[in-house]
Amino acid sequence: MDDSQPTLDREVLDSYATGDDAPFQSPASAEAVRETARETTATAAIAAARSSRGGRFRHILPSRSGKLITGIVIVGLIALFGIFGPLIAQPPRDSDNDALLPPSPEHWLGTTKLGYDVFSQLAWGTQGSLFIGLVAGIVALLLAVIFGVFAGYFGGVLDEVLTLFTNIVLVIPGLPVVMVIAAYVQNAEGLGPLARSSLLVALVLGITGWAGSAVVLRAQARSLRTREYVAAARVAGEKPGRIIFVEILPNLVPLLAAQFIFGVIFAVLGEAGLSYLGLGPTGSITLGTMLNDAQTGQAVGTGAWWWFVPPGAIIAALGAGLSLINFAIDEVVNPKLRLAPENAKRQRKAAKAGKGIADTGAFA
Amino acid sequence: MSFYLRRVAFYLVTFWAAISLNFLLPRLLPGDPAAIMLGKLRRASGGRPLSEETIEAITSILGAGKDMSLWDQYVAYWGRLLQGDLGVSSTRYPAPVAELIANALPWTIILVGVATVISFVLGIVVGAWVGWRRGTWLDHLVPITTVFQSIPYFWLALVLVAVFSVQLGLFPIIGGYDVFEFPAGPELSWAFIGSAVTHAILPAITIVLSSVGGWLLGMRNMMVSTMSEDYVVTAEAKGLTPRRVRTKYASRNAAIPSLAGFGIALGFVVAGSIVMEQVFSYPGIGKLMIQAVQGLDYALMQGVFLVITLTVLAANFFMDLIYGFIDPRVRHNG
Repeated sequence: MDDSQPTLDREVLDSYATGDDAPFQSPASAEAVRETARETTATAAIAAARSSRGGRFRHILPSRSGKLITGIVIVGLIALFGIFGPLIAQPPRDSDNDALLPPSPEHWLGTTKLGYDVFSQLAWGTQGSLFIGLVAGIVALLLAVIFGVFAGYFGGVLDEVLTLFTNIVLVIPGLPVVMVIAAYVQNAEGLGPLARSSLLVALVLGITGWAGSAVVLRAQARSLRTREYVAAARVAGEKPGRIIFVEILPNLVPLLAAQFIFGVIFAVLGEAGLSYLGLGPTGSITLGTMLNDAQTGQAVGTGAWWWFVPPGAIIAALGAGLSLINFAIDEVVNPKLRLAPENAKRQRKAAKAGKGIADTGAFA
Repeated sequence: MSFYLRRVAFYLVTFWAAISLNFLLPRLLPGDPAAIMLGKLRRASGGRPLSEETIEAITSILGAGKDMSLWDQYVAYWGRLLQGDLGVSSTRYPAPVAELIANALPWTIILVGVATVISFVLGIVVGAWVGWRRGTWLDHLVPITTVFQSIPYFWLALVLVAVFSVQLGLFPIIGGYDVFEFPAGPELSWAFIGSAVTHAILPAITIVLSSVGGWLLGMRNMMVSTMSEDYVVTAEAKGLTPRRVRTKYASRNAAIPSLAGFGIALGFVVAGSIVMEQVFSYPGIGKLMIQAVQGLDYALMQGVFLVITLTVLAANFFMDLIYGFIDPRVRHNG
């Protein structure tokens, strides 16, 4: 069934084929994996020699985790702002202020055309966007596990059916589908207040955003299935459900975390786009609805930058922070990304100190 | 040959699934889009009764009450699609949906297509260089590109408009061409092309800025992985010049996954810039889609969605064929 996967699948596979246990696509990548294993052993030996610092999990944590720390700090600050900001800011729809005030000590980020305090709107909007991102991320992850891990583990006809469905969802363009579904659902009677709630927006984004993750998880689950310890568990008479949840899923944790983070980024960006087009939740404030308000309020034309710059900046910072965390995870999953630059650096230093043999080549 | 047969089968199934989704959504979700659409058409036509033909077109696209079985509706739906009849738009009454799409398509394809190619070439060249120089200060470029990737691209467009159009007045704010200079619509003259190009610069910059990071990062990571392959070491050991190793040995193989990604990106040319077209009021497919969704013009919305899906499938299929040719492993490693 491998050969009927669409191109994205292949790209993802290729990027993971260099990881330590992806299915081999070619002798070259098999060799690459073996080489990675050698490098890993060597690093482990070096790490053991250095010992002491870091404890026994040091080898699975990024060695120089500047990216990880930066990412966690950025995401943490935004999360704290989203949780506690609304508690200290004035009500976000308090229109007693003057309209379109630039930033001042009284209104840190100025006010909107309707006299709303932008700082307060930003706090509530961050909360709303984070909520949508988390809910959509969880929904997408659950679907990806069902379609990816189950397909990869069970194989056979179930795999064929689940994979075909995954690939169809993967190829059909995301935002237009979300727009079409939102346009139908939000104007339907019978859903009541749910029709334009942030929960529904989150569900739509989650339901449309899982396919890429499922492809990655399936590839990994297929490879894990053939491991001895899984075979041993099967021989010992463990039920498939238990094997998946106790033996396989724990080994997928780094990948699951990475896919969850992707899901959150996708949902936050998707919500922003959807809301900007006027298809977002109406009851609650999100970063996207703020941008939509700014658009309808002519913020760009009147030069009210304090109105439309902050929401986008928060989204960009959140996305960048989450991506940095993902980078750190990626370097654990795919040690080459971390080791190759370090080796190159070490060799260049050695060459500079006069110990090397080449100084202009690929390995200098 | 079975590789190509399987690809053809996959895309046929996907095409069928997309059309069926289009058919089922308005019928299975709560609400009555056909009634809403007919009401809008009546208002648009100024209260005159609609022709039988129009009513029939709308009901077969969006769902007809209880008097017809779902299967009969499905057959009628396919019949209409195969004739190329997508119904009548209510927001731009009485223009047929197919005509509106045909007018909007070139704008999007030219703008986003050119921008996508520029972004891809730039990302691959710079990414190959950064990957080659791994372990140097250039590695710090990598996290920076993610910031650009995480920026909502329509927000980037807003900022660019605010700075370059509103503050500095260098570029026009909205539109695909100067409507005051060319009130009769697009024409074939140098003046018109010039006007269209100046209107396209900011949207193109937006697309390039927000997408180049992904290409750069992917290429850099593949380059780093490829560089530790044995055949690159061999090439190095043979004493080939670094330039030859870089271009003929490492880059060529590292670019393969990016090429696959390029196929997908080409497919999303029509779909990928919807929100950006709203920011610039660019007269492309995205703007049409937004108009349809905001005006509850379900017939137009379905037609645009269909065209978007078709282009994605066609581009993916085309790229699959080429990919099987570039990288024979995918054909044989079933």
